Amino acid sequence: MDITTQNTDAPPPTPQSTTAELKRAARGATRPGDRIFLGLSRGSGILLLAIMAAIAVFLTYRAALAISKDEGNFLTTFEWNTSGPEPVFGIAVLAFGTVVSSIVAMVIAVPIAVAIALFLTHYAPRRLSGPIAYVIDLLAAVPSIVYGLWGALILVPQLDGLFGWLDAYFGWTGIFSWEGGPARSMLTVGILLAIMILPIITNVSREVFRQVPQMHEEAALALGATRWEVIRMAVLPFGRSGVISASMLGLGRALGETMAVATVLSPSFLIQTSLLDPGGGTFAQNIASKFGEADTFGRDALIASGLVLFVITLLVNGAARAIIARRKEYSGANA
Amino acid sequence: MKLQRMNRRALTLGALAVSGALALTACGSDDTGNGGDAGATTAATGSIDCGDAKGQLLADGSSAQKNAIDAWVKQFTAACQGVQINYKGSGSGAGITAFNQGQVAFAGSDSALDEEEIAASKEVCQGGQGIDLPMVGGPIAVSYNVPGVDNLVLDAPTLAKIFNSKIKNWNDEAIKKLNPDADLPDLKIQAFHRSDESGTTDNFTKYLIATAKSDWPYEGGKAWQADGGQSASGSSGVAQQVSQVSGAISYMELSYAEGMDVVAIDTGAAEPVKASTEGATKAIADAEVVGQGKDLALEINYGTKAEGAYPVTLVTYEIVCDKGNKAESLPATKAFLNYVASEDGQGLLADAGYAPIPDEIIAKVRTTIEGLS
Repeated sequence: MDITTQNTDAPPPTPQSTTAELKRAARGATRPGDRIFLGLSRGSGILLLAIMAAIAVFLTYRAALAISKDEGNFLTTFEWNTSGPEPVFGIAVLAFGTVVSSIVAMVIAVPIAVAIALFLTHYAPRRLSGPIAYVIDLLAAVPSIVYGLWGALILVPQLDGLFGWLDAYFGWTGIFSWEGGPARSMLTVGILLAIMILPIITNVSREVFRQVPQMHEEAALALGATRWEVIRMAVLPFGRSGVISASMLGLGRALGETMAVATVLSPSFLIQTSLLDPGGGTFAQNIASKFGEADTFGRDALIASGLVLFVITLLVNGAARAIIARRKEYSGANA
Repeated sequence: MKLQRMNRRALTLGALAVSGALALTACGSDDTGNGGDAGATTAATGSIDCGDAKGQLLADGSSAQKNAIDAWVKQFTAACQGVQINYKGSGSGAGITAFNQGQVAFAGSDSALDEEEIAASKEVCQGGQGIDLPMVGGPIAVSYNVPGVDNLVLDAPTLAKIFNSKIKNWNDEAIKKLNPDADLPDLKIQAFHRSDESGTTDNFTKYLIATAKSDWPYEGGKAWQADGGQSASGSSGVAQQVSQVSGAISYMELSYAEGMDVVAIDTGAAEPVKASTEGATKAIADAEVVGQGKDLALEINYGTKAEGAYPVTLVTYEIVCDKGNKAESLPATKAFLNYVASEDGQGLLADAGYAPIPDEIIAKVRTTIEGLS
């Protein structure tokens, strides 16, 4: 019996069929699952482009309506009064405030976030790093209006001391001079934004630092490097583009933050040379505070300012991508 | 492998974040204010004539009169069970926009319709147009926080100079002259204004323009125009700053100024006038109807020297169509506005920090409501 079966010339699984299958798989979608998945992902990609295009068209159309009626200069007017007899509005103050507050936030948040991420991945004992990571994640889940209220009620009164100290020792720079009064300025906004963008930068950096190939670190250690030297020579160069992407995510959040800024800033249509004096404003804050009472024209004007924020965000993201593309060999995304 | 591990981790984190966010938002979205707060419906509801009002009445507009509307709605819906009234206080501008798009039966607004808005309303009100019905007066109090000074008197030019950063210190000569007995400290003035566009700002600056033109050279409007000074969002925002910051001064609706020192304004009458609902009613009595036809838009006489009249007062309107209201909402609109303009309705206002509209004008409002179609 065994012999008969052995003698049948039923073909065993031949190498030909396997290669054919492989070839088909390599050609792309042939089996239904592949085809459906291809269709879904391609559709999603196109949908995203369509949504972005729809937003851009809507913003541009409404913005054009408003700008054509603007009695001032859209780019240089230091005023926002759309309900008066001669409507004027300009984005100079908003663009300045948005950029400055975000830069302040980045200057404060990025080093701290990177330090936390390094601590969690390379210094903290496992038992500690888990809970800390969860707490940082929770920071991201707090609604921004809660940050705003906390900032207005608790942070602002506490900042008087810091502002006084900055004014006393660095007032001569002009950037840190202070006239007194409540600490509701661009620096306050920057500090609050820094706290708000900390979680996202920390989390992404942490994941990137965790991806550093073990062998790089071990090689460095074998050459006699200290832990700090390992971080400086192996971890940081490998993680740089990841940290840049993380920072850009944070920057995106800072650029668009609305309620927290509206709650802690004392906005006005002035550009202050000092970071400590009240005044200025950001795009999102201005839209939030003016939208409720605005008439149709006023809303179009706010939409025009939103378009500028849209463009600034696109530029920032483009710049970030360019930086990362130049450092592709280290990119965590391609590893 | 690593990727997979990372993804699962990311998924758990994501799930945690999502559930956390859901849990947090679940607590925050419960603000449909017409739930039955027990004990609020004690007042007599006998005078409310429901007519054949029924169904849901949508309205939107000024947040300044939101508390008044809430009080009225409580009484009205207790008497007329078949009617639901939903007033969203999203702001005068939003209210007028919604009205002119036909989304709401009436809108609340801090300022009367302008020509463009009336023209736009003709499309919604077939055969008619939008008209303003003055329903609520609101005194705008100027409150301040100066240690040791509790009876501050200011006049219009001084107020204008303070808010225009021309007077920078509390022991300035101009303030001393108006307050010879007060012990004014050497303290920097922190003048707060609204950072959002607001009918309160509009009416406060209208007062300054009318009474102190040379010290207040701006054209007015809902947005603050003077440079300098500090700002905060909403009446509650400026009120909080005034109570927190030493040397602060700001303007706000009277109900927000509770517990704070309030400026008495030297209007030229024998006695300086403090913000009060009676004072506001007296000032509105001095106002002139400037609306055309059935429109009852008022122009307040800011320069009034009448005894006890408080001139820094805003009037908020309900905006309806004089003709061409939607058939399904007309009975409810008429019944509700009738109640609002009635003696009982106006009588509720003072308790909520608002001023009733004086008799002569409210009588015209009642006649106009009868004629709505």
